Amino acid sequence: MIETLSQLDFTPFLLSFKLALLTTLILFVISVPLAWYLSQTRSKFKPFLEALTALPIVLPPSVLGFYILVSLSQNSPLGAFFDETFGIKLVFNFTALVIASCFYSLPFMVQPLQGGFESLNKNMLEASYIAGKSNLITVLKVALPNIKPAVLTALIITFSHTVGEFGVVLMVGGSIPEETKVASVAIYEMVEMMDYQSAHIYAGIMILMSFLVLLSVYVFNGRQSRKFGRF
Amino acid sequence: MYLTDDRAENLGDFKMIHININKKLYGSNGKMDLDIDIKIVQGEFVALTGLSGSGKTTLLRVLAGLEEAKGRVSLGDEVWLEGSHSLAPQKREIGFVFQDYALFANMSVEENLLFVSKDKALASQLLEMTELTTLKNRLPNTLSGGQKQRVSLCRALMGRPKLLLMDEPLSALDPAMRTKLQNEILLLHKAFGTTTIMVSHDPSEIYRLSERVLVLEEGKVISDGSAKEVLLKTTGSAKFSFEGELLDILKVDVIHVAIIAIGQQLVEVVVSDEELKGLVVGQRVNVSTKAFSPTIS
Repeated sequence: MIETLSQLDFTPFLLSFKLALLTTLILFVISVPLAWYLSQTRSKFKPFLEALTALPIVLPPSVLGFYILVSLSQNSPLGAFFDETFGIKLVFNFTALVIASCFYSLPFMVQPLQGGFESLNKNMLEASYIAGKSNLITVLKVALPNIKPAVLTALIITFSHTVGEFGVVLMVGGSIPEETKVASVAIYEMVEMMDYQSAHIYAGIMILMSFLVLLSVYVFNGRQSRKFGRF
Repeated sequence: MYLTDDRAENLGDFKMIHININKKLYGSNGKMDLDIDIKIVQGEFVALTGLSGSGKTTLLRVLAGLEEAKGRVSLGDEVWLEGSHSLAPQKREIGFVFQDYALFANMSVEENLLFVSKDKALASQLLEMTELTTLKNRLPNTLSGGQKQRVSLCRALMGRPKLLLMDEPLSALDPAMRTKLQNEILLLHKAFGTTTIMVSHDPSEIYRLSERVLVLEEGKVISDGSAKEVLLKTTGSAKFSFEGELLDILKVDVIHVAIIAIGQQLVEVVVSDEELKGLVVGQRVNVSTKAFSPTIS
């Protein structure tokens, strides 16, 4: 058993976590303004924007993967532009995975944040404006610190969701070792090759880590609600 | 300058707050026009009263720049609202005390104050005046209602506001705490020389604090004057007159006794058969008396 474990290739896990970490960071930066806008706006376009944001939840990953592949390939204007100008190819490499993951996991970041912002006492935000503070300062110093559980949920769910993603990754990244072969893809390949022992170990590790991550979220959120007396 | 007896004109325009606004409201009583045209002298303490849904809170929010309205609002030579121009709440130099306190839950008492302005001396002076110094490191969630309200008041004054707006600041507190905080509000109002507009339903509070009372009804000012002029309800030769709600009429032997709620108290009044005819349980009634000299103890 120990021998098997020590021979195990952990690169797919590292790749998965690198991808998830980058995706989570990028999405957090994009989603805070987007979620804030959605939570505060009274525009009639809000439902359209919300539906668009939530689309990746209901779409089959293959549909999303297909369109990302089509729009980023060297035959597309965008893909051609990046290839000619920067010499960067946008498909079948790690960059492609990050771009695809950002689309795929967007709702998992935006929705908890938006829910958190909407649950805030409006008067508290107005008190900040009256105190002379801009939108930016209000978001950073008042809104975000008061929705810590929602922020943590958004970060963790996005991270876990990206680690667990399979279809989109396979479509835009393929399975290139040390480049795009993440843990979920590696498990799929092991099963294809009937290497059930390795597949068991990989799958077991995934379950254990996912459970520990979720457990820590719930423990943290329980403590937060006792400290601030709400949420 | 053209001088008249009007004290507003005497003080000159630079000392005045002009409010002339119009806003359509869709409240609980259907459509309503908030239509206000008033001038307030700087440094004045104005109480705003009237039934709920009469537009008091909306007026405060328009003054704070939190809601849009048509018309013009100016403070001295600063124009806050005119046509499509509306000065952002951030730039109006106001203080706002919300009914639900709206303290920043993630910050301690002192941090709540310092968030508005980094003036540490002012913060500790305010905390001292309101006896909050020992609580300055506590989170709002651990404070009582009265303590939260004092923090809220201190926070509103941290920006040394030209205009202090208070939306029923004491309505959630018990009578003893109210009296204490009324004194603190008055103290702070005078110490800072700020102009204050306070929404209140409590006649004794209004009488104690304000120099001027505006009564709103259906979005219009229906009464404007000193607390005594506006609130004192005795007419004619009546010496005492209390407004109350008729709760019940009981038949006791051969007479009828009306149970009436006046303020926080219930009283019994003997009613004659003649009087009884016009009375319906639940209606608002006036209880007045003429010929006796009361003792106050």
